[in-house]
Amino acid sequence: MSEREIAGKTVRFAEDGFMADPAEWDKGVAEALASEIGIAPLTEQHWKVIEFCRSDFAAQGDAPTLRRIMKVGGVPTKELYKLFPKGPAKKVAYVAGLKKPSGCI
Amino acid sequence: MFEDKGRKLCIICSKGTLDMAYPGLVLANAALMEGIDVILFFTFWGLDMINKKKMNKLKFVPVANPSMPIPNMIGGLPGMTSMATAVMKKEIEKLDFPPVDEFLEMISDAGGKMYACKMSMDMFADFHMMSEDDMFERIDAVVGATDFMEMSEGAQIIFI
Repeated sequence: MSEREIAGKTVRFAEDGFMADPAEWDKGVAEALASEIGIAPLTEQHWKVIEFCRSDFAAQGDAPTLRRIMKVGGVPTKELYKLFPKGPAKKVAYVAGLKKPSGCI
Repeated sequence: MFEDKGRKLCIICSKGTLDMAYPGLVLANAALMEGIDVILFFTFWGLDMINKKKMNKLKFVPVANPSMPIPNMIGGLPGMTSMATAVMKKEIEKLDFPPVDEFLEMISDAGGKMYACKMSMDMFADFHMMSEDDMFERIDAVVGATDFMEMSEGAQIIFI
């Protein structure tokens, strides 16, 4: 566990680099984390995916797989890779303040 | 954590049974999800995975497999292949893995490249087992083994 100052807040991170507590997340944190990994600015489409992942996590207890974001969230695979290039599932989870996704798909 | 390591993975798919088709698809998709460049090369029986007439009808054969909990004599009875296939397909669906065509679409949408082996295609055409018209539209090209060598330069290679 480590702590970092992000967007004026103290945020805790787990060993794997993902946020330890989704409750410490806010939109400012998301903007900062996104720009840290080269995704800036966050557009309306980014927020749609982030918000779906946040609400799905709250309901399911796990960061959604890409297939779930596609099937349930209604965002096509192609668009996901465009919005969050080179590793969308992990990058969305990171920006959304969720734990590292464990799904294989 | 998210830095691009420039990693590249080539997966050679040479089998046409349901249980041997999925490992390549799962690994290719997982690699793309990790930001790794992926090339899939379909050769020999692996062509069934990209044959529109067969891709969603791949079978799981319960004989000659010591891991199966039933004797070969039973596994070889009529209807056993269909039954074993149905059970495995149900499980695949339960784990939320898509059917072969949808899986290949996902891989292609994610930026994975897919090629069919020319020599195998020629041979299959001679035996009327598959023509280019039967080939799944998302396949990027039909290429020879030497082309594959060129495009797989510097890549890690998995043969399935």
